[in-house]
Amino acid sequence: MHSEKPILTAKTALWAYEGEEHDFISTRTFGFWLYLLSDALIFAGLFASYAVMDNPMSAFGHPLADGLLSASRGLEQTFIVLGSVFAVSIGSLGLKSGNKGLVLGGLAVGGLLGALFIWFGVSDMLAMAAAGNGPLESGYLSCLYTLLITHALHMGFGLLWILAMFIHIARWGLDAMNTARLLCLRMFWQFQASVWVIVYVYVYLFGGAH
Amino acid sequence: MQVAIEGPWSPLFGRLTLDAIPYNNPIIVPTFIVAALAGLVAVGAVLYYKKLGYIWREWLCSVDHKKIGVMYIILGLVMLFRGYADGLMIRTQQAIAIGPNSPGFLGAKHGYLPPFHFDQIYSAHGTIMLIFAATPLLTGLGNVIVPLQIGARDMAFPYLNATSLWLTFAGAALVMISLFVGEFSSATWVGLMPYSEMASNPGVGVDYWMWAIQISSIGTTFNSINIIATIVKMRAPGMTWFKLPVFSWVQLTTAIIGLTAFPILTVALTMLGIDRYLGTHFFTAGMGGNFMLYINLFWIWGHPEVYFLVLPAFGVLSEVVPAFSRKALFGYPTMVAASFSIAGIGWMVWAHHFFTMGMGPNQIGFFSAATMIVGIPTGVKAFNWLFTMYRGRISYETPMLWAMISIVLLLIGGLTGMMLSASVIDYSVHDSVFVVAHFHCMVLVIGASAFAAVIFWWPKVFGFKLNETLGKWFFWTFIAGSLLVFVPMFMAGLAGETRRLDYVFNTALAPYMLWEEVGVLVYLASIFFFVAMLVVSLWQRVPAGESPWGTERGLEWLTRTPVPFYNFAVTPHVNALDETSWRREVGAALRPTRYVPIHLPHGSGLPFILGMDVFAWGFALTWRIDWLIVLTTIAMIAIVFIRSFDRNEGFIIPAEEVEAYEANISTASIFAEQPKRGHGLVGEAH
Repeated sequence: MHSEKPILTAKTALWAYEGEEHDFISTRTFGFWLYLLSDALIFAGLFASYAVMDNPMSAFGHPLADGLLSASRGLEQTFIVLGSVFAVSIGSLGLKSGNKGLVLGGLAVGGLLGALFIWFGVSDMLAMAAAGNGPLESGYLSCLYTLLITHALHMGFGLLWILAMFIHIARWGLDAMNTARLLCLRMFWQFQASVWVIVYVYVYLFGGAH
Repeated sequence: MQVAIEGPWSPLFGRLTLDAIPYNNPIIVPTFIVAALAGLVAVGAVLYYKKLGYIWREWLCSVDHKKIGVMYIILGLVMLFRGYADGLMIRTQQAIAIGPNSPGFLGAKHGYLPPFHFDQIYSAHGTIMLIFAATPLLTGLGNVIVPLQIGARDMAFPYLNATSLWLTFAGAALVMISLFVGEFSSATWVGLMPYSEMASNPGVGVDYWMWAIQISSIGTTFNSINIIATIVKMRAPGMTWFKLPVFSWVQLTTAIIGLTAFPILTVALTMLGIDRYLGTHFFTAGMGGNFMLYINLFWIWGHPEVYFLVLPAFGVLSEVVPAFSRKALFGYPTMVAASFSIAGIGWMVWAHHFFTMGMGPNQIGFFSAATMIVGIPTGVKAFNWLFTMYRGRISYETPMLWAMISIVLLLIGGLTGMMLSASVIDYSVHDSVFVVAHFHCMVLVIGASAFAAVIFWWPKVFGFKLNETLGKWFFWTFIAGSLLVFVPMFMAGLAGETRRLDYVFNTALAPYMLWEEVGVLVYLASIFFFVAMLVVSLWQRVPAGESPWGTERGLEWLTRTPVPFYNFAVTPHVNALDETSWRREVGAALRPTRYVPIHLPHGSGLPFILGMDVFAWGFALTWRIDWLIVLTTIAMIAIVFIRSFDRNEGFIIPAEEVEAYEANISTASIFAEQPKRGHGLVGEAH
């Protein structure tokens, strides 16, 4: 394929005088998708570590997931985070119709549900720590807390991002830059929700009590 | 929740006290004086010639991929020198401290370095050479060359590119400052576990090491994102995937490794960090910690990292060998396939770094076989280079010499690697200097290829060639030094010398140590010739002309020499794999007939400020200065927030201006000062 030398004719294009318009939004979203890939590997590392630590030896006399977590309580959180993603996604339909109100409404509902989720998670962790199972008690607990807090931190930064988008949309409306950012935000929000689903299945359902 | 720390702590300075500055150390104080004088001379020169504005505007605020690449390479060369100085000290210690009757100087019982100081030096040597010398050198090359090879104006995300550079810079600065304030890690460049934990290593050395690597590896992850997005999205019209030059293919595979492997290092170091700062028990001895987890995580990054470094070197060889054989590269598609194979298999071999740690015969069998399989695509590459040379009209310019010696070193390093992949051999030479000699052969492949690349593409960036005579002196002294150091090291390893010895108890090893010392001193001569090559070439500045080597093949040589800051006056339409040599062959136009306006991104000082902030953050974390940690963290978020309001995505150079630049190309060189250009010519996003 490469060895065949192209033949020069009068019609052979040598220069792109019209310029090369790279698709701004697709370059942005592709780059952000790559970032999410690297972030997914951070979670892969955490899940692998969790799998290694999920045994009585690493628990060091403290309980494993079945003595700490409730799958039904986790299910509530799962519905909250999925509802949040649903709201942000419905809101992003407003990008197509240019409906600023729908976009902002979706972000607002999604953000509030996200904050509710974080409140659930933090209060659960505080209760666990108060019961004598804090993150410093055993290798397993260190890993469990790190996994949950890393996910919660992602949501926290997502909330900051949502707040920033309110300012940007108020200032510039739904222009190309804001569209690219909203598409990235939607990907990010779906990503963190997917991570939560894996946390729920792997930590709460496999290991947790009812 | 902070863990208890040994020694004094004050709210204002954290753990930092005057005692942290080793003003009584007879080695560090002269080093500091020399470094401070060099710094004063540099700053003084900038101020005397009134170049502060130029440096700030044209370099520190630059988002131009070529300038960023050049700064990466300068950083890499400076750190290479620092890493060499550490190597020289290690070799000298081992040349003196042999046997119970060996003399001791400067307060050491044997040799001239007390064990704790020696441990810091080899830890710094490994960290610096891999993370802060080889990585910036190769990242810099990719930065300079990839957009040129694919016909792009810049990287996909120029601002992110500058951020990557300044994060790497911040990490390197942390390593450098550890020399004069406090201490460096004594736990080797891999971080021995649980020795790196707070209980057994309470000083700030591990913290310096950890944050320096953490910060720079985040920069590397960003750079990988950028390279992938650039190659996927920014190729010139007509450049289909199988017209992509091999160096760019290899950069793509490298970036895929970088993107996927570095996050694992981030995880491992973060866990170590919260162990050391908050008192968790990931890797501690006891309380349910599991230090084998760290070793696995580290090498899951660490082995792909090796290929992250060596693949760009292979890419350089694939560009230099055809150019000086005056032939197209043999087996282009197999070269691409081999690069992806190496990148893929590189993910499945990590456990060969600890065969002896009791993982059981099945796992050993798997990792041993996987390691051997890497030899197949690597062999494909080596034979492709040989077949490229076969019946070529070879000429022996310095880049070609470096490329050829790279292949020889690859053979030595590869064959010894095959030996080590057999676990039965590995059991007897594990942690011996045989392993050290093996991987030094491989990193010498990287070093030699980096020199080949710098000399080969130098005229593209600077507009003049490097002095060939001094370049050959540099080459031969470097190779002589390498052989003198590493051939005896292989022998000493087989004779049973283990790694990281501050005291060699076996006096029979004395001749090897002596030869290695001679070799490391010959390297000193090669550094002299390298600097002489730079100085003489910069002094003479013989214009290289549009075809410096007369044998260039790839698209990057279709730009003018020196390459203007806008790369191509008009974006080329690509027709062939080796576009430039094809155009010369068929007589197609090498220059456009008319010019069109060019759109470029504008510079920004924020990446540099962010880098300095991250440096302060790392320093504050190392010394546990709580208020500064909080302040710099808030500043980081604020900088990202401020940046999000910067919506002027570039400026336009009108066609007439491009024509004027093209008529007098040196005014468009990346070193020429450009007029200040107003922002906001492109108000809304593209």
